[in-house]
Amino acid sequence: MAENHKCDMCGKPATVHLTQIINNQSQKIDLCEACAQKKGMAASEAFGLSDLVAKTMTQISQTVGEALAQSSVELCPRCGMTPLQYKEAGRLGCPECYGALSSVVEPMLQQTQHAGKHLGKAPARDEAAQKRLELQAALKEAVAAERYEDAARYRDELGKLEAEPSAAK
Amino acid sequence: MSVFAQLASRKDCPRADTAGPVVIMTRIRLARNLRDCFFPDRADAQMRAHIRERCEKALGSLPAFKGGLVFDIERLNEWDKDVLVESHLISRELAQAKPGASVFISKDCNACVMVNEEDHLRMQFLRAGLQFKQAYKNAEQLDKALEKKLDFAFSDELGYLTACPTNVGTGLRGSALMHLPGLVLSGQMEKVVRAVSLLGMTVRGLSGEGSEAHGSMFQISNQQTLGEKETQILQHIEAVLGTIVEQEENARLRLIEDSPEKLFDKIGRCYGTLRHAHVLTSSEALNFLSLIRLAADLNILPPEKRPALDELIVQVQPGHLRGIVGSQSMPPAQRDIARAAFLRERMKAFPEPDFSKAGL
Repeated sequence: MAENHKCDMCGKPATVHLTQIINNQSQKIDLCEACAQKKGMAASEAFGLSDLVAKTMTQISQTVGEALAQSSVELCPRCGMTPLQYKEAGRLGCPECYGALSSVVEPMLQQTQHAGKHLGKAPARDEAAQKRLELQAALKEAVAAERYEDAARYRDELGKLEAEPSAAK
Repeated sequence: MSVFAQLASRKDCPRADTAGPVVIMTRIRLARNLRDCFFPDRADAQMRAHIRERCEKALGSLPAFKGGLVFDIERLNEWDKDVLVESHLISRELAQAKPGASVFISKDCNACVMVNEEDHLRMQFLRAGLQFKQAYKNAEQLDKALEKKLDFAFSDELGYLTACPTNVGTGLRGSALMHLPGLVLSGQMEKVVRAVSLLGMTVRGLSGEGSEAHGSMFQISNQQTLGEKETQILQHIEAVLGTIVEQEENARLRLIEDSPEKLFDKIGRCYGTLRHAHVLTSSEALNFLSLIRLAADLNILPPEKRPALDELIVQVQPGHLRGIVGSQSMPPAQRDIARAAFLRERMKAFPEPDFSKAGL
């Protein structure tokens, strides 16, 4: 799957591939072994991976990382639904499945919805929700542009926002 | 009190009075889900109970459902569920849902919300005749009121997230219950179904998904829910429905012009059977009543009888019939006898067909 990917940091062939799901958007980061080690140690400010993943990453050997990345076991991190289960049930498990199981959801959307983008109404949002969306977009952009310091800042702000009890409306 | 008795006690409930000759009823459905819960199928009993509690708290506080009805599906018997399905207030799927499912029905029975069906919330808005605009206005109001109380699963790319990707985006399904005896009798229905599906619409039977098209009644709805604005989706359906109405009217006209005897014979036989039969199955009754309804549309019977016929079309179905007869545990054979007796009695209010008046 990712044999041809280059390290997002230095451009050498990447051997560690990480995917994380933020608000149903999957973000992929490819790194070479050296950069993974380097970034792993400073992960909390280097890029928007959760601390857990970052810490674990330094411990993961290259081979394990590669094996994990290449086995491509798709699984919704929230509800545990697999592509096979979705195909059998015809229904997704939770809202996050849309991002996590995109390999099976996308063909389905292409077929039944002509892969359109949402143009209809959106829920009226409060300020916090609006801010959260803006930060998520900024984070995505920063990661894409390899501005990892900005990304880390956005990630921290997002974390703070989500920790606030405003989610319990 | 049975569901039948509770619905019957509501004066506003029969929506038959403004039904059109071809479009009997319009329905708008919106699918919504809570952001932080599994979809109902994936959720365990505890989570379903939690989802229900949150949805019911939000719904219960809305003025729209003040003085309305709430039913816990688990506590209803099969006949009560039949009555709700036949009244288009719940789906067959909700009737068979796992524990934790319920339905909220507004006082005027024009709005209902199913909780823990395929999605956490399925809001439905019903209107007699072709009234998408009004139905959608009601839908928008309720959606707006609910989103203040509940955090809906939504993404900017894909819109409202639903258990099945076929509903994602707007979550909007507009459908019309259409009476198409002209197209059925002239053997054109298959052609229409094919043409309509090319235009992005789905055709289903009387009671929705997987049901048969008894009495030449069909539900026609949009397939696509993503990539278009709500108003565009509804405009698209209305345009397609308009064409179908035209086709149906042409088919009726041709039946009268090309082979009036054949049509009159069919109507006469139906009238005679309904007046004098002693055993009638539900599908027979629906097919006969469909032709009597056509007769009223064609002026062969007084057109003002149409609302009464639409009421009969609902009443001859198993759940309602049990309620009318007042006996719940009736084997089907006995039910068919009771149905014929009920129709013999009710058909007395209909004059003999006057075929000399036939016209559109």
